[in-house]
Amino acid sequence: MRLTDTLQFASGSLRGSPTRTVLMMLAMSIGVAAVVVLTALGEGARRYVIEQFASLGTNLVIVLPGRTETAGVGPGLMSGQTPRDITLDDALALRRSSVIKRFAPLTVGSATLSRGALNREVVVLGSTSDLLDVRHMEMALGRFLPPGDIHDASSVCVLGNQMKRELFGNENAVGQWVRLGDRRFRVIGVLASQGESMGMRTDELVIIPVAASHQLFNTSGLFRILIEAKHRDVIEKVTKEAEAILVERHSGERDVTVITQDAILQTFDRILGALTMAVGGIAAISLAVAGVLIMNVMLIAVAQRVKEIGLLKALGAPGRQIRHLFFAEAALLSGIGSLAGLLLGYGGSFIIGQIYPSLPVAPPWWAVVAACATALGTGILFSVWPARRAARLDPVAALAGR
Amino acid sequence: MIELQNVCRTFIVGDQKVEALRDINLSFGAGEYISIMGPSGSGKSTMLNMLGLLDRPNLGTYLLDSGNVTDLNDEQLARVRREKIGFVFQSFHLVPRLTAAQNVELPMILAGIPVEERRARVQVLMQNYGLSDRADHRPDQLSGGQRQRVAIARATVMNPTVLLADEPTGNLDQATGWEVLKLLEGLLAQGITLVLVTHDAEIGARAHRQIHMLDGRILSDERQTP
Repeated sequence: MRLTDTLQFASGSLRGSPTRTVLMMLAMSIGVAAVVVLTALGEGARRYVIEQFASLGTNLVIVLPGRTETAGVGPGLMSGQTPRDITLDDALALRRSSVIKRFAPLTVGSATLSRGALNREVVVLGSTSDLLDVRHMEMALGRFLPPGDIHDASSVCVLGNQMKRELFGNENAVGQWVRLGDRRFRVIGVLASQGESMGMRTDELVIIPVAASHQLFNTSGLFRILIEAKHRDVIEKVTKEAEAILVERHSGERDVTVITQDAILQTFDRILGALTMAVGGIAAISLAVAGVLIMNVMLIAVAQRVKEIGLLKALGAPGRQIRHLFFAEAALLSGIGSLAGLLLGYGGSFIIGQIYPSLPVAPPWWAVVAACATALGTGILFSVWPARRAARLDPVAALAGR
Repeated sequence: MIELQNVCRTFIVGDQKVEALRDINLSFGAGEYISIMGPSGSGKSTMLNMLGLLDRPNLGTYLLDSGNVTDLNDEQLARVRREKIGFVFQSFHLVPRLTAAQNVELPMILAGIPVEERRARVQVLMQNYGLSDRADHRPDQLSGGQRQRVAIARATVMNPTVLLADEPTGNLDQATGWEVLKLLEGLLAQGITLVLVTHDAEIGARAHRQIHMLDGRILSDERQTP
């Protein structure tokens, strides 16, 4: 029997019982669509996080005070010391490294921002002019912090977009004075609206020179130093050099932690990748269920078509051919079912993408391939038993409908 | 041509042994017209299934076209059935979702014959059997006589050497039954061996050779010159 004839005959028997066929294809396509949509969501989440990290800045190395050990208790705790602060001079010492492009020291505090009768609690970032480039921020109006001496505690500030709107409405803010804690600051710029980026809403920030923030909060330490490597390949070197410089300045004590953005990114990437796989796997179970359904319905089909099978045998079809006919039916069912599922899945992903435009929803190719392969595989695998049963029917009994 | 030597067939029904065929010895020549008659349970249907290679003997040998077909495997049996044997059933056994032409085409599809040749042969047969205007009808749109004619066309499309007919007129009224019978007898001229199983003595009497069976044995085997 020719392949085209086999397929034609099989599709004829499928058309012969349309309800059964449509229901089975529906089960198959829902399974495939579930895999496609769920992995698309997982992949979307993964890409979203990666994009968020990229918006934080590129080739970043982050220095934080204190030693973070992966296990056990840090040496500072054992000896009863708190970690030594990272000072502004520590930060300046980083200039010695040739592979560091720029860096921005960072302090974080909270203060009351007020203008006239309006006041609001805000997060205050202390930094330098380089922060703008390191963190890939953009200005809407005016200037960012002026470059110059890092110890210069001039009373200027840059407002987050929402802060500006809340305090000034549509008025021009640049050049006006606001009160931050017990000091007066002149507004020199307003940040462009950027929305949320990694849990920090730049729209709700106020940025002041780092020395000014030390005076305002009466501290001398830094919360972080953000370092931008000259390029991607030297990130490792930057990490080592930054650590060496700071350890040297801290009398040989390793009381700083240097982490790379890549390390964090890879961790997220792994977690979200695993999550996508897991969700896809769960969805694939529905494909297995669809496979069992195909087996069930195939068995019914064999029972319903006993006479036809008997006739085919009488007309000279060997058992092998009858098996092939049932395989072809299963393959057609799961093949068309998975095509419909792909359409459904891509449609669903598109709709989700429309509802959450910030989420880059796209099903990964491996999930699409795996879904179709699983659908075809289970469909054919689960038709083996019914097909063998059909092939083994005794033609005399089958013709008599027994 | 066809030879059964010491063929026995027993079934186990429950805990009882039923001997459907006991030590049958028979031989048919090409172009013979044979009727097998007998009451139900006499073994005539088992005999027909045996001849059609749908059933295997427990004992004995079956020679078809001087080849031993007793011990062939499933694949080989199917091939012999496809090429040498045609079946006509009492209840027609047409595939309901296929049209008359497609039903006739079915054995050729199983044999893997190219589409053009299939079309041509179906057309010729449909014309010969006066079914040309019914080619695209499904079995449920055909009368009993037309259905049996489609079934005969299907049984002969592979040019078999033997045509086995199991009560071919059983589901038809008398007039149509005669028509179908004449059609079958017309095939004898082509050299086909026609084996007709019936319990109708009047129909059986038309055959050139009449075999009566009872309890799995051949009671009588009479030839009459036409």
